[in-house]
Amino acid sequence: MKKVMVGNHAVSWGARLARVEVISAYPITPQTQVVEELSEMCADGRLAARFIKVESEHSAMAACIGASAAGARAFTATSSQGLALMHEMLHWATGGRHPVVLANINRALGPGWNIWTDQTDSLSQRDTGWVQLYCETNQEVLDTTVMAFRLAETVDLPVMIVLDAFYLSHTAEPVDIPDQEVVDVFLPTREAHRKLDVNDPHAFGALVRPDSYMEMRWQQQEAMDRTHDVFEAVEREWQRLTGRRYGAIESYRARDADLLLVTSGTITSTARSVIDRRRERGDAVGLVKVKMFRPFPTAALRAALSGVSRVAVLDRNVSVGHAGIFAEELRSALYDLPPDDRPRVQGFVLGLGGRDVTPAVIDRIIDAVREDRPIEREDLWVGVNP
Amino acid sequence: MSQLMIADQVPGDELMASGHLACPGCGAPMAMRMVLKALGPKTVVVMPACCWSIIAGPWPQSSLGVPLYHTAFETGAAVASGVKAALEMRGDRQTTVMVWAGDGGTFDIGLQALSGAAERNEDIIYCCYDNEAYMNTGIQRSSATPWGAWTTTTPAAHPESNAKKDILAILAAHRIPYAATASVAYPVDLLEKVRKAKAIRGTRFLHILSPCPPGWKYEDDATVELGRMAVQTRVFPLLEVEDGVTWRFTAEHAGDAVEPYLRRQGRFRHLTADQIEGVQASVDARWAALERRVANGT
Repeated sequence: MKKVMVGNHAVSWGARLARVEVISAYPITPQTQVVEELSEMCADGRLAARFIKVESEHSAMAACIGASAAGARAFTATSSQGLALMHEMLHWATGGRHPVVLANINRALGPGWNIWTDQTDSLSQRDTGWVQLYCETNQEVLDTTVMAFRLAETVDLPVMIVLDAFYLSHTAEPVDIPDQEVVDVFLPTREAHRKLDVNDPHAFGALVRPDSYMEMRWQQQEAMDRTHDVFEAVEREWQRLTGRRYGAIESYRARDADLLLVTSGTITSTARSVIDRRRERGDAVGLVKVKMFRPFPTAALRAALSGVSRVAVLDRNVSVGHAGIFAEELRSALYDLPPDDRPRVQGFVLGLGGRDVTPAVIDRIIDAVREDRPIEREDLWVGVNP
Repeated sequence: MSQLMIADQVPGDELMASGHLACPGCGAPMAMRMVLKALGPKTVVVMPACCWSIIAGPWPQSSLGVPLYHTAFETGAAVASGVKAALEMRGDRQTTVMVWAGDGGTFDIGLQALSGAAERNEDIIYCCYDNEAYMNTGIQRSSATPWGAWTTTTPAAHPESNAKKDILAILAAHRIPYAATASVAYPVDLLEKVRKAKAIRGTRFLHILSPCPPGWKYEDDATVELGRMAVQTRVFPLLEVEDGVTWRFTAEHAGDAVEPYLRRQGRFRHLTADQIEGVQASVDARWAALERRVANGT
């Protein structure tokens, strides 16, 4: 069944198809529509779930952790300040190995107040150990939401679905909704690998001494390492059922390109149109879209970018004092390539706080990279009036 | 009622093991032992950071015979809300979900989540064992620390200058079905309150005074004696509140002078006679207010 829906409702529909059992959330723009729709679904019986209307995002994540620890499928959604407030419990979810799924609608952090899109909120949670999957279309949002639960519950890691404020969250697109029976086969009721059980009592999260703490973190790292293959298998199965898959990364018109853009989120769609136009003129440009940020798809990116002469990374985010975060991660991933295969990677910080990234902006970036000027700064800020 | 440990009033089942890591004379394990005896094995414990995070034992051990979830400081009531929701979604309406938190995790950092859970009337029992300061981190004041007390952050030259927060009144103001104070020195009263709480649906709150030998500075065989003095001086009255409006005393309170109670504890050693008179006056005033509440409701 096809339905025209905004990205936020694509999240809600994905969560409903996944038959989430416990939802706990707190309102924040631009996320709020996700949980409004889920409230409606719970109220009219389309979704059999307990919705805990907590008093903060910190408690939202804490309640999801409690529900997940007791064996249920738990879900929440947030943005920006809300995600930042959850930070402590994001670590708790990963350390406790709770497969909670969270949708984060990218929004700039204050001050000043800004409700528009900016990836710095989710990327600031880079080191919490969550799987992070960025989306480009509303269809991808719905599909990724369902797949996120399957992935999370297979590797016992929490998964964050990430989508741009307004460009996806509040923009309507036609979305194919898979049949519930199809999803039920793909994602059966959760059978927790361990849980709070009065018939088999254990303590979770107790004091752990230096002789064991590191092993627990190593197990998280192993689970992240395994996530690459598990994600691929999950996507293959989803493709068999629905005909759709996305890949941890996607190369677009990259063959024979001497310049590749690296993008994530909705900037990707704008960049695709720029590339299509340039390809018509015989300009050998392409792009690589990064969907999976954690675990970082190092091997896939090395394979995709090895031997390309120039790479321009478009970052709608910044680690102030250093660089755009995708650019920074990519440079580190490519550093070990043989020097002759290693592309020149130039980062562009742009679109912060929802500033429009138009085809003209991307054209200018491509032209600048082509000119091969000496790089004054490691990363150029695009369109800033100093 | 008599507080003698009459065998048929105290269940024989032990859901707390010896070998726990509490300090000698600590009131907190006494409280846990009694509460679990009344709740029984179909109980899940959610425990934010507190002395009991250590007392329960390090991984992979546990001194509890029921499932235990250790969680971050401010999240006891929120995690418990999630646990309860999950159990209910899986068809289990019998298991009791209990938060076991200290005074810091209740009066201070966990108050927001507790207020949220109480306002939603979550079907959980929230127990605060109150040793009147951050004892696990080495005796720093909390908003449960009484006026005049020494702690490492309220040195004797500038002792605690605020009154203890009235947490029972705060919870009662949420109109939860049951809220009560209790003491490790009155185990039968404690057991009866837990049994009563267990039979009620909705948010139930137990505030259990738990004397602390190293934090209050007294010899470690005097925990029960100090607990009794706290009640008999009316410093810590034993009462219960139903639906936020029906207030009831659950013990006789002799109204003994507070001075011997204060003098028994090194944390009050610096108090002058005038200051002790001031403590007495504030205890008397609070008692009078409580009597009015018991007589009139709210």
